[in-house]
Amino acid sequence: MTTVADLMDYAEVLERFDPVLGLEVHVELSTNTKMFCGCANLFGGEPNTHVCPTCLGLPGSLPVVNGKAVESAIRIGLALNCEIAEWCRFARKNYFYPDMPKNFQTSQYDEPIAFDGYLDVVLDDGEVVRVDIERAHMEEDTGKSLHVGGATGRIHGAEHSLLDYNRAGVPLIEIVTKPVVGMGERAPEVARAYVAALRDLLRAMDVSDVRMDQGSLRCDANVSLMPKGASEFGTRTETKNVNSLRSVERAVRYEMSRQAALLTAGGTVKQETRHFQEADGSTAAGRTKETAEDYRYFPEPDLVPIAPTREWVEQLRATLPELPWERRKRIQQEWNLTDEELRDLVNTGAADLVAATVDAGAEPGEARSWWVQYLTQQANTREVELSDLPITPAQVARVIELVKSGELTNKLAREVVQGVLAGEGEPDEVVEKRGLKVVSDDSALITAVDEALAAQPDIADKIRGGKVQAAGAIVGAVMKATKGAADAKRVRELILERVGA
Amino acid sequence: MTDLTRLTAGELAAKIHGREITSVEATQAHLGRIAEVDGDVNAFLHVDTEGALAAARKVDADLAEGREPASPIAGVPLALKDVLATKGVPTTCGSKTLENWIPPYDATVTRKLREAGVVILGKTNMDEFAMGSSTENSAFGPTRNPWDRDRIPGGSGGGSSASLAAFEAPLAIGTDTGGSIRQPASVTGTVGVKPTYGGVSRYGLVAFSSSLDQAGPCGRTVLDAALLHEVIAGHDPMDSTSIDAPVPPVLLAAQAGYRADLKGLKVGVVTEFTGEGYQPGVQRSFEAAVAQLKDLGAEVVEVSCPSFTYALSAYYLIAPSECSSNLARFDAMRYGLRVSDDGSHSAEEVMSLTREAGFGAEVKRRVMLGTYALSSGYYDAYYGSAQKVRTLITRDFTAAFEQVDVLVSPTTPTTAFKIGERADDPLAMYLADLCTIPSNLAGNAAMSVPSGLSDEDGLPVGLQIMAPALADDRLYRVGAAYEVARGPLLDRIPDLKGVSA
Repeated sequence: MTTVADLMDYAEVLERFDPVLGLEVHVELSTNTKMFCGCANLFGGEPNTHVCPTCLGLPGSLPVVNGKAVESAIRIGLALNCEIAEWCRFARKNYFYPDMPKNFQTSQYDEPIAFDGYLDVVLDDGEVVRVDIERAHMEEDTGKSLHVGGATGRIHGAEHSLLDYNRAGVPLIEIVTKPVVGMGERAPEVARAYVAALRDLLRAMDVSDVRMDQGSLRCDANVSLMPKGASEFGTRTETKNVNSLRSVERAVRYEMSRQAALLTAGGTVKQETRHFQEADGSTAAGRTKETAEDYRYFPEPDLVPIAPTREWVEQLRATLPELPWERRKRIQQEWNLTDEELRDLVNTGAADLVAATVDAGAEPGEARSWWVQYLTQQANTREVELSDLPITPAQVARVIELVKSGELTNKLAREVVQGVLAGEGEPDEVVEKRGLKVVSDDSALITAVDEALAAQPDIADKIRGGKVQAAGAIVGAVMKATKGAADAKRVRELILERVGA
Repeated sequence: MTDLTRLTAGELAAKIHGREITSVEATQAHLGRIAEVDGDVNAFLHVDTEGALAAARKVDADLAEGREPASPIAGVPLALKDVLATKGVPTTCGSKTLENWIPPYDATVTRKLREAGVVILGKTNMDEFAMGSSTENSAFGPTRNPWDRDRIPGGSGGGSSASLAAFEAPLAIGTDTGGSIRQPASVTGTVGVKPTYGGVSRYGLVAFSSSLDQAGPCGRTVLDAALLHEVIAGHDPMDSTSIDAPVPPVLLAAQAGYRADLKGLKVGVVTEFTGEGYQPGVQRSFEAAVAQLKDLGAEVVEVSCPSFTYALSAYYLIAPSECSSNLARFDAMRYGLRVSDDGSHSAEEVMSLTREAGFGAEVKRRVMLGTYALSSGYYDAYYGSAQKVRTLITRDFTAAFEQVDVLVSPTTPTTAFKIGERADDPLAMYLADLCTIPSNLAGNAAMSVPSGLSDEDGLPVGLQIMAPALADDRLYRVGAAYEVARGPLLDRIPDLKGVSA
């Protein structure tokens, strides 16, 4: 049993070993319907409501391939610089598990739709690492098991299990890297950066929600170590349940330290599946299987081969959006950012959001300021990624527009954003519901100004005497009285008017 | 009064559509016949009296209102093999596993029958999951051959063919994976057609071996089979392996066959299907049939298809491999039998114990064979080699059909054997499909039409006619012409009346 005591100091790990990574990322496509049937592809929902004979695997039912999913798979392959197969098939991966209705998963085996590509990944300091892609293939998701009773929430020790097949048959793309070698101490960072780059790419392509917290993007991290100078890979472990970018980095680092301690103490690494534990950043062994799983793959006889024509592939290539890193290069030039400024934007995850906000009509400076300052604070408070905040670039752009037109003050604008984040609807709806419109009715403002002047006659005198800057105190008092719902510029004008300065 | 159960489907339809009799009368006559003889024959697993009468009343009402019949066989009763899903009506596949399963959906074949106004009398007995050649593998007792009730009616579709020979139904649906339509047709003196693979939708046909399964029509005459063929055939978007092409003009071909001779037709006798293992009476009946084809004006030549010798071996790797995967879904989790769910067993144990209890010996044998053949390290030697043989068989057919229009052979090497005779000798049982399997492996069309009675035992013999893929119409032209020349046969069947009901 691994405990914290069995970890090797990270610096020492790197003195003795070279890490080798392999990353398998599963992406749920955001198609309208499932991979092989017409059921709605929606996250959540009452259990077992998005199901039909096909995705329940009822006797006699048959699959039909979702053309949109194939299209997404090809586009993803192209964006990852892959070759697109001229002819490929689905295959059955046979194993028994209660959340898999047919007890085989319809997947692809030795004939993936996309193969031999790469993704260029920018690290925190600007260094670019090329991660080679082995393959990207299509498959279907399983249902979900909820194990009730028992301590771990896993099937072992549970009293009973509940099964929800809403997710069964949701289209998945599995993207597998070639072994990533030579990264040394940066291996954990490369792992995170790779998943982040992939996520940004897929989001820009609008093919998936890529929500790690909801499981629409899932990463399995394979880690092995080889002694310095060795050329043969060591035994690897596969860590699952890695639900955030930060966890990817932590899981890789933990496995490196754990395996190094084990190997140095004369032990061997067991090839096994491990589970990442969010609470303490460790990994724990899954149930050990006595025999290696033999999936008995064979070509899926219920489906015909897929042979995308070259014309279609080229048409799809033309639909690829501006890729995130290309867009970053462009905004750096357009906004005159230094490398460092751009990197800060990228590192906080703000670059693409700012760009999208600018695309939605906002000024670059305003857009940057909102995302980098206020919204980044909000994300930190909520402990989520900036991009996972429930507000869209279009909504931020609208808020900026309202400020610009004078309908909102900066303070009110922040309240509107709070409302949007709280799920109260579009910015205009929040303004309406919360009554946040700037008070532009002069009569109400004049009353407030007169009251403020009367309360501080000495300041009123100073203003009258030509010390116009003293008006600030009165502006403050009026703003306080109107709970910020006044346009400060207009208040200042009214103060000067009322004192007759 | 005419005994309505002795009429062909065509004759019944003419009387019903001419308002001479009602569909309800025709249906009641057949339900009466079932009540009278089926206790002994055991062709039906489930008789849907209410559903049948409701369908018949609907046809009668439509005709009474002056509407055109929904199809040329609207109002005609039919026996449906219990491997096709019927909404609201039990579908057991002859297995304890599905004893209490009531599908929530109709197979495409079922739907087409209903839409055509065909009256579904009930579901017919079969070898469990269509695995067998005698119907002895049914979990619900064997079906008896109406020609000799101590003998098997063939399999797996023994129930469907026996129901025709016992005059319990004028039409039936079978499914043919290795001969399950043709071999029962042969040993019961009825007609059975395996259409071109993909000619009839497999949606809702509980899969045994997906790449081989094909539903098809069974009747007492070639014309009846053609009438039914036209109702069930055609492209189905729910089945990816369904052929998107016009249905071959089988009815026109049958009608033409009855009127004309076979001048200009070139018939090939498969030289591999003769000799040792072929019952002399069967051989003589086949030779007489070939002589009759010559008398009809056909040119007969011998054709060698050397790879056919390996068909049986290839079949017993491919079919079990696919079945091992197709039958994995019967795991007690979502439907069907569940045993040992007493709180002391894990889900995995319940799965395993249920499969142990629910499947019969032949199903287990094939699941194990297939699991082994697909296993890592054996795949290439078994499944891979079998697929290569399949390609060679297809090439033999292609070469043969460059020389001849149709191929002929005995349908099965022997007449009906005694119940229990081969039950303990699976290999002897498998030989029953020796001549039928090549057409399943290649996917082409084939028919069994009665060639009279074997002179040594007085039991029916079948002539197999094989045509290229999508040339199903050739079967009907040749079959109809031969049927007329041969003369009536079923009037020689022993009277079943008076047997214990």
